[in-house]
Amino acid sequence: MKKLLILTTALVATGYAASAQELNIVSWGGSYTVSQVEAYHKPFTAMTGVKINSIDADNPATPLKAQVEAGNVSIDLADIELSDAIRLCDEGLLEPIDPAMLPPAPDGTPATEDFVPGAIQDCAVANIVWGTVVAYDKTKFPGNEPSTLADFFDTTKYPGKRGLLKTAKRTMEMALVADGVAPDKVYEVLGTDEGVARAFKKLDSIKKDIVWWEAGAQPPQLLADGEVVMTTGYNGRFFAAEVGEGKPFGTIWDGEYMDYDLWAIPKGAPHLEDAKKFLAFSTDTQRLADQAKYIAYGPARKSSNALIGMYKDGKTEMAPYMPTNPENMKNPIWTDPTFWADHDAELAEKFNAWLAS
Amino acid sequence: MTDATSQMITTADGKPLKAALAASLAVRRRRAFLLVAPLFLFILISFIVPIGQMLFQSFYNDTFSKNAPALVEWFSTHPEGSEIDESAYAALAADLALMKKNRSAGEAGTRINYDVSGTRSLFTSTARGADKFQPPFKEAILKVEKKWDDPNVWRAMRSASSPFTLDFYLAANDLTRDETGKIVPVAEGQAIYKKLMGRTLMLSLEITALCLLLGFPIAFLLSSLPMRKAMLLMILVLLPFWTSLLVRTTAWMVLLQSQGVVNDLLVWLGLIRDDHRIQMMYNETGTIVAMTHILLPFTILPLYSVMKTIPPSYVRAARSLGATSWTAFRRVYLPQTLPGIGAGGLLVFILAMGYYITPALVGGADGQMISNMIAMHMQKTLNWSLAAALAAELLAIVLIFFWIYDKLVGIDKMKLG
Repeated sequence: MKKLLILTTALVATGYAASAQELNIVSWGGSYTVSQVEAYHKPFTAMTGVKINSIDADNPATPLKAQVEAGNVSIDLADIELSDAIRLCDEGLLEPIDPAMLPPAPDGTPATEDFVPGAIQDCAVANIVWGTVVAYDKTKFPGNEPSTLADFFDTTKYPGKRGLLKTAKRTMEMALVADGVAPDKVYEVLGTDEGVARAFKKLDSIKKDIVWWEAGAQPPQLLADGEVVMTTGYNGRFFAAEVGEGKPFGTIWDGEYMDYDLWAIPKGAPHLEDAKKFLAFSTDTQRLADQAKYIAYGPARKSSNALIGMYKDGKTEMAPYMPTNPENMKNPIWTDPTFWADHDAELAEKFNAWLAS
Repeated sequence: MTDATSQMITTADGKPLKAALAASLAVRRRRAFLLVAPLFLFILISFIVPIGQMLFQSFYNDTFSKNAPALVEWFSTHPEGSEIDESAYAALAADLALMKKNRSAGEAGTRINYDVSGTRSLFTSTARGADKFQPPFKEAILKVEKKWDDPNVWRAMRSASSPFTLDFYLAANDLTRDETGKIVPVAEGQAIYKKLMGRTLMLSLEITALCLLLGFPIAFLLSSLPMRKAMLLMILVLLPFWTSLLVRTTAWMVLLQSQGVVNDLLVWLGLIRDDHRIQMMYNETGTIVAMTHILLPFTILPLYSVMKTIPPSYVRAARSLGATSWTAFRRVYLPQTLPGIGAGGLLVFILAMGYYITPALVGGADGQMISNMIAMHMQKTLNWSLAAALAAELLAIVLIFFWIYDKLVGIDKMKLG
């Protein structure tokens, strides 16, 4: 029954046929896909002659799952989130990745040591690290700019509305860290009933001032409209508003929430060899550094950091905007996909019950 | 003349008239059927089959049972209340080894995790070393993960060992089972669906009432104005109707947000202070305002089409017979518009019950509806069975209202245009 449903979805999802010497790569669209096309796809096509079809999806894991389960795979490579990478790998829907196929750093450091911890998974390899951070409107706090996650929850010192992501994931961890929990203990605390209550208590303290957002495009908009004075959001989006559009935004890097995006190859990919070749090529040191030219997401390799140069406008130094910059990465919360696989449903229900109360 | 009735009437070529008529009717029927066949097939494939499949998932979920054959076997031979002994752990060990081989521990664990939070990793982590378990299995498994001792986990596995289950309907009503299998309400901080279902009903009724209240005078005006002016007014109704839903929702955001047009105007007029701007968005008010506006044409159009057919002479006759204008409206005009009120109201109510994008964008925390939870379970937690159970309940409520409407007004009286 489910097969049939998936089959119909897959049929709708795949209007294109596979042929030789091309790769079908699914990613998230927008400026993110543009950065991949510029940094990975074009040089790869120039080098190998393999044509790349870039396909956009709301969440590339969804068509990937549908296609593999229906046994009709046209995707060669997908850019997916860590939790999806682990889940799909557990379910046997992804090709295992041998870390030996990844090129070493220019100085000879093997890939396994060059990538940031957790970036090489059994069936997926991270290309970027992105942060969920707090951004604020500089004009609202002249001479007294907020600098910590605790400031975000302090409406007496920094009055005004706050924007927060309307999901349990990220929001609850950030509340706990703001309440004084050490980032590496956050999942230990959140795993207990007292920890959950503590997170809600912290959120309660600003509940009447919260404007909830869901889509990544909303936070910079809310901030620019003056609807909120501070909001959580994705660092790349804030960068685009701050540098690209010249908005007076500032970023609080304290307690930034770190997530990966990873390349994964579905079981039964029509061009397996080329997909593997592309995966190795696109995650080498130079390519990851190149991508940072187009978007403010951090490269998953340590060796790439040194090669990061200017933004495409030719005058903005990218390094200060990178979530992986050591200056910014002083108190990061690293996401724990295993915890969320276990507690996603339960905490989502509790979170929604709290919202409605 | 008398034997003419007994004599068979034939066509010119000698066939009995009855048979000839039947044959020509059959041809017409076939042709009619062939004409609607593409539409019928389309509806069947794109509407009825997917919805049926979705609803089927609300009580059928085989992700655990198909991956754990030994446990399914053990549960079927050991009734509820049996001691979880070595044989049970042996079955568990066999299934975990199978899950490791098939890489299905995550899938099976996810099903149990819906019931008992925190068990998905129990399956994946235990399955990792499952091919090395030696008897006694109970000891070996408990040594790896103590949590297997939890009777709740075994109760959940028993419940999931049959692919047919009512678990998801329990969850959709904020119910669960305790360790003995008795149905109990979930912890207070976790109960959400009944509350949201109630709110969805209330919001939908409020929006329906508002739409009728606002739509009735407009429809009346439309039907009584001369043609040229009515056309102009009609365009004003239809233009927003043809505009994208998202555009209209975001337009309301621009108007209503605290730095928006309406608030700016009020501040400029000096009616409110700059630091006391009214919160009209990201709450229930925002949802009601935006949805009423979006759904308004669905009441105006059926009302208009009904009012157009009511001859103005009826009201004039009532007036000339001495009725006040209010009596004439109440006793003569209003009853005749009932089919339009019914159609418009029902249409808006059903649409409002399932509304999703507008509350998601402007609803904030207290303007959420049950459809937002269905979307969350479809897209984020991937608990499609629970989403299906919630959707089935929503469908049932709509059908109940449809039935009430049929009893009160009669569905044959409904006029959609």
